[in-house]
Amino acid sequence: MKKLLLIAIVVFAPLQAWAVDVERVVSPGGIEAWLVQDHSNPVVSMRLAFEGGSELDPSGKSGLSNLAASTMDEGAGDLDSQTFQQILADQSITLRFEAGLDRFSGQVKTLTENLDQSFDLLRLALTQPRFDEEPVARLKSQIIAGIRADSEDPGKLAYDALFAAFFPAHGYGRDSNGTAESVKALGPDDLRGFVKTHLARANLIVGVVGDVSPERLGLLLDKAFGALPDKPSVERGGDIAPQATGSLQVIERNIPQSTIVFGHGGLKRDDPDYYAALVMNHILGGGSFTSRLYDEVREKRGLAYSVGSSFYPLDHAGLVVGSAATENARVSETIDVIRAEWARMAAGDVSTAELKDAKTYISGAFPLTFTSTGAIARVLVAMQLNKLGIDYLDKRKDYIGAVSLADVKRVAAKYLHPDLLDIVVVGKPAGVVPHS
Amino acid sequence: MYNGVFAKLDWVLMTKLVRRFCASIALLAILWGGQALAGVFNPETFTLQNGLQVVVLPNHRAPVVMQMVWYKAGSADEPAGKSGLAHLLEHLMFKGTPKHPNGEFSKILAQHGGQENAFTTFDYTGYHQTVASDRLEMVMELEADRMTNLVLSPEDVSTERAVVLEERNQRIDNKPGARLREQANQKLYPHNHPYARPIIGWRDELAALTREDALAFYKDHYAPDNAILVIAGDVEVADVKRLAEKYYGPIPARGVAARAVLVNDAPITGGETVLRDARVRQASWSQSIIQPSLSNGTPKRVAALEVLSEILGGGGTSRLYRSLVIKQALAVSAGTYYDQSARGDGRFAFYASPRPGVSLDQLAQAVRVETRRLMDEGLKPTELARIKKRMLADAIFSRDAMKTGAWTIGGALAAGHTIEDVEAWPERIQAVTEQDVHNALKAVLDEPRRITTKLLQNGNGDGQGEGA
Repeated sequence: MKKLLLIAIVVFAPLQAWAVDVERVVSPGGIEAWLVQDHSNPVVSMRLAFEGGSELDPSGKSGLSNLAASTMDEGAGDLDSQTFQQILADQSITLRFEAGLDRFSGQVKTLTENLDQSFDLLRLALTQPRFDEEPVARLKSQIIAGIRADSEDPGKLAYDALFAAFFPAHGYGRDSNGTAESVKALGPDDLRGFVKTHLARANLIVGVVGDVSPERLGLLLDKAFGALPDKPSVERGGDIAPQATGSLQVIERNIPQSTIVFGHGGLKRDDPDYYAALVMNHILGGGSFTSRLYDEVREKRGLAYSVGSSFYPLDHAGLVVGSAATENARVSETIDVIRAEWARMAAGDVSTAELKDAKTYISGAFPLTFTSTGAIARVLVAMQLNKLGIDYLDKRKDYIGAVSLADVKRVAAKYLHPDLLDIVVVGKPAGVVPHS
Repeated sequence: MYNGVFAKLDWVLMTKLVRRFCASIALLAILWGGQALAGVFNPETFTLQNGLQVVVLPNHRAPVVMQMVWYKAGSADEPAGKSGLAHLLEHLMFKGTPKHPNGEFSKILAQHGGQENAFTTFDYTGYHQTVASDRLEMVMELEADRMTNLVLSPEDVSTERAVVLEERNQRIDNKPGARLREQANQKLYPHNHPYARPIIGWRDELAALTREDALAFYKDHYAPDNAILVIAGDVEVADVKRLAEKYYGPIPARGVAARAVLVNDAPITGGETVLRDARVRQASWSQSIIQPSLSNGTPKRVAALEVLSEILGGGGTSRLYRSLVIKQALAVSAGTYYDQSARGDGRFAFYASPRPGVSLDQLAQAVRVETRRLMDEGLKPTELARIKKRMLADAIFSRDAMKTGAWTIGGALAAGHTIEDVEAWPERIQAVTEQDVHNALKAVLDEPRRITTKLLQNGNGDGQGEGA
């Protein structure tokens, strides 16, 4: 019998309502992952994240982490791009990376029979990506085409302008994809530098769900991540306050409908007020078909097809943002309704019944997403990134349950400021005067 | 791999959340691409006395259950001049009944933490909710109630019509690519063919729809004998049977007539549709070709077309991608798709988007050369086996998510196919031979009913100088 050197520190967090046990697995080499075993189907999903995302792209090299994400699976070790991709296709292995503002993430999804091969390929991609000339040029052309194709999308234009206004001199103010010019200037040396300095064991988070035992997972973790350096050599900066001043920008486009986005500062995920803010925003604009914004803008007035707001916690800044789209003639009416709802909530006009409904919704809706291995793995990663504890799935209901009416009124007064809402309109709105 | 999307389809409209739209497209795109040997989903099914077919897909991973009700009525079933009616009614179904008035449906659902949405396609309309499994009875009561008791005020209709007009702005009129697809459909299908008009409706016809129109469509099509109920998740068949009898059982059948076969034999305009718009920043090209669907093609032909689509244009290892995007560096994207799930004709499509300085005609020529090569030289020795192995593995992955089976089987039944069609998918794929692929390709190339689309930036010639 094979001797297992595995130190499996397994913490069981039984979810009574859920046939889901989260286990903490530590590999022989000391790499940690959270695991939910599910042997009902021969499939394993893994999500991984390295803390630090496109916010770290040097200015002038924006889009670097996104290009790395797009090219790391295009050849590694002895396998050139086409060979690597052909193995993935033949073995039905999903292996891909993605760059967000705050993290560089990856996913692997495979049949159990190809587990070892999948993790070998992942190790190669993470530690020996080739960045050959052809795939780098090809992916650059695709990314630039994507940037161009989106560049006239009203929603994209609007959000880019809003974030640029919030963060004029910070990575958060730039799109993860970069600009056509910045991507054009990136090369294989930049990509090699990125991998060397960003991807390490100390900033790695892993969640795994599916047909694998803790013992086997331990060995696989060492296989995939054992060769990574201990620590990343890039440093993340500190907090930054978004600059919202109550400005109104109009980006003129000759289209029948205007897209409106709005927002100002909010709170971060680790803020003690987070759950109260979540409940408050659900009532204001978070509840998809039941929120006040939905009711006032869509149901009562038929002004828009989509409208809503959400708290958007980043690692270094908190935001609350929202959007609506309405015909050009009714833009200013729509903005007035949104501002009025913002002010009404900030003034503390909220009822016990609304609070109760919001709390049951937020508690009840969360577990509904637990219906695929990939979806659960994503939650396992988020729980670790946000330091929510391995028993979070059990505790979450209590955190929501503890929010009182006084809490909601307090956070509404503290975090909602109608006069500070920065607004961007893309379209040909009638009677809307831009101001700073 | 870069996950940018260049081939966007818009034959589904969802009422509520725009973001969910993309997810459902992905599901429909794999509608027949996601299934396993020896059955795929292994569902249970039974039919109530009033004709309601019920499908149950037990899955006990999490204590969650999904209910879907599919009506065999989509935009293709609208009376002439009333385009957009099926979709407008879908929106209005959330307004209320005597028992649950004033939009209570969504409010009750939200109070129980449930999630919901609805969608309309050419061929059917569907409603679905996901809730904790102990709330199944509640959502069955609500959905059964609105199958037969919908009440609409004139204000409900006028407000919602305004919402849908904004939805049309958002989805179509603000998007050059969507406007181009709308125009192309008019040429791909003969005049007056229901697939030639947009699901969301022509603006003037949509603006003229009335409460009476909506109620008439409701009365004609919304009935147990014209619907399919699918329950997936943490349930037992016996419980579903009991609840279905209790809530849906009492609704009388309406004797809805069988749907007429959708034929497409009139001459078509075909040719080329070009849309130039100053807001286009990345040109693109496509060619759509009428091909049989599961409704009017042999299972053998349909399976061969599916395999052909994988070989020619399925992802980053396909022939078109390797040739146009990698070797010749002419394109940023290139591929194919095949929609076989329609009640009427299916379609096979090629698409590509150029790199800077490459014209759309050059792209079209390169696609022709590559297709011709497959025709003349045939498949490489292991090519067919590799593709089939990969497609069959999809069947195992399709069981990973609780919802895939519900979407797949519901869509198949609502379009007039059978559960056996779904469950036998792996065998059909397994049986495809090289000769079948060759025959399918020959038929695609010989088919005269086709339309080419070109999306171009205003004043930029035929894609030349794009992004220069």
